[in-house]
Amino acid sequence: MAAEGNSKPAKKLSLKENYALLTRGLGWEPSYEKKEDIFRYISFEGVKIHDWDKWEDPFRLTMDAYWKYQGEKERKLYAIVDAFQQHNGQFNVTDARYVQALKLFINGITELEYDSHRGFNILAREFPGVGPRIAAQMQSLDELRHATTQIHTISQYAKYFTGMNEFPYQFDRVWYLSIPKSFFEDAVTSGPFEFIVAISFAFEYVLTNLAFMPWMSGAAFNGDMATVSFGFSAQSDEARHMTLGIEVIKFLLEQDPGNVPLVQKWIDKWFWRGYRLLSLLATMMDYMLPKRVMAWNEAWEIYYEQNGGALFADLARYGIKPPKRAPETIAEKGHVAHQMWSVFYGVRDAVGFQTWLPSDEEMAWMSEKYPDTFDKYYRPRYEYWKSLEAAGTPFKNATLPQLCQVCQWPCLFTESGDPTTLSLRESEYQGQTFHTCSDGCKDIFDDTPEKYVHAWLPVHQIYQGNCFLPGVDPTAPDFNPMYEALRYMGIKPGIDGGDYKGSADATNWENWTSRPANIHEGAYTDAVRDTANPADASARKTS
Amino acid sequence: MATTSTQPVFIALQANNDTMPIIEAIRQDNPNAVVHDYPAMVKIDCPGRLVIRRETVEEHLGREFDLREIQVNMISIAGNVDESEDEFVLEWRSA
Ligand SMILES: [Fe+2]
Ligand SMILES: [Fe+2]
Repeated sequence: MAAEGNSKPAKKLSLKENYALLTRGLGWEPSYEKKEDIFRYISFEGVKIHDWDKWEDPFRLTMDAYWKYQGEKERKLYAIVDAFQQHNGQFNVTDARYVQALKLFINGITELEYDSHRGFNILAREFPGVGPRIAAQMQSLDELRHATTQIHTISQYAKYFTGMNEFPYQFDRVWYLSIPKSFFEDAVTSGPFEFIVAISFAFEYVLTNLAFMPWMSGAAFNGDMATVSFGFSAQSDEARHMTLGIEVIKFLLEQDPGNVPLVQKWIDKWFWRGYRLLSLLATMMDYMLPKRVMAWNEAWEIYYEQNGGALFADLARYGIKPPKRAPETIAEKGHVAHQMWSVFYGVRDAVGFQTWLPSDEEMAWMSEKYPDTFDKYYRPRYEYWKSLEAAGTPFKNATLPQLCQVCQWPCLFTESGDPTTLSLRESEYQGQTFHTCSDGCKDIFDDTPEKYVHAWLPVHQIYQGNCFLPGVDPTAPDFNPMYEALRYMGIKPGIDGGDYKGSADATNWENWTSRPANIHEGAYTDAVRDTANPADASARKTS
Repeated sequence: MATTSTQPVFIALQANNDTMPIIEAIRQDNPNAVVHDYPAMVKIDCPGRLVIRRETVEEHLGREFDLREIQVNMISIAGNVDESEDEFVLEWRSA
């Protein structure tokens, strides 16, 4: 079906014809190599594809259009990044607490963009169909763009704030960054169909709206021109990727009824894994945005319960059901942000960002947003910790937490329906006991234990002595295991983490901007008073 | 093609000068659409089906418009997509 020839001037092709020529016309059947030797990984998962030409790519983005629009996006973005840097935009955010969230972003999320680039590269090589191969190739390039634009944009913050200058090193070593790392590496080491269901559908289609809509809108609301710009620029690609996700699902389900249970199993698994990963966002939204747009429970209602409900109603005609563990996510929505922030606060000396207790203003907001849970379970805890801080005996948790063998989060979540009991599950495999945080993670472990027994669990590794820099002597009289483990992870003890008040970031913020480092608590240092009360300042200058 | 679904589809666009005529065209062609304004972002929900028509965008924009230009300013979508030169459609099929 290739073009007839070059002799007569071509009539302008329709979008559909143009795309068909790109995806079908440029493909070919191998003549001297066997198909199964070329596409080596396409059959072992048990997925059956009878006709790759049935693949429909709704965007029908041809190469010329792809480069044109991607180029336009880059020019727009870099114009803003230049303006941001030239105008010291890093000082225009609400306060430096907001910057702590960017540390999680550059250290834990940007690397996932790069992993995603690698994953889609593999698909672009391994899928026999030309349509999905081109879509995967474009996505692979998009993901590389996301990684590089995030690194460029956040580099301006890294010049002024702590904890952002070792991101590739930290990603492979920091204990809580194993959560995103293990998530994506689980996906990349799956077969091609599980990978695309995991990332394109369960993660991008069902869940990433939570990251890029309410959180990025919150970044805009807090004055972060740079992050919003890379976020929305990336998201313009993401809208295309999401469509790939839903097309993949429909294609697999329509190709063979035998694919339905496989797809359902992957949806159940990756919805839960993605949900666990993204619950970090619950904390970023509710605790780390000084000015808030929306609470996590509201975002979950809009982006999962409402939109996910519409999606799974649409897929019901194929026999697909909503994710098995969706009810747990709905039951947890009033708890997860508070439980997670409590854990980060407790271990604040062992993380690469600073934490604080919520102010009275913030707790009043949480009482309003979480009427059934906050005052009952979490306000009393924060008020008690505030009284300990006031008494000079702040609460700290000096032991490292029990991690879940699957999601690698500390086992910090409570039982659905009983927020005073920690949720802990155990499985036996080859005579050993493995711990998981929830029924969702236990399902995943029990289905493929041989994959998860290999998990590199940072806390285990630290306690086994595998996380110290060369030359460190654990038998030395002044050996401090926590200090040495942090150094190994690339975290500067006492600088990158700890209490926000009194930190280098908070103090520098007030010196450089003359504005309070915490808008809810007033000035921590004298540097702010000069502008807060001009009469004072001029009096001081003349005296 | 009519759909019987009333499940919400949505499109979210950056709030900027490029998208104002697109949003106006969506309002005009989709009487049931509900436009929500957020910081830096506009999210438009519509029951069952939402259409963006090239001709309507061109009327508001005052120049020729390639529907693929929407991709530059699109933040997210929900619904099955069908795109041609003339229409960009988001739709759920089942009730
Ligand atoms: Fe991405
Ligand atoms: Fe888990």
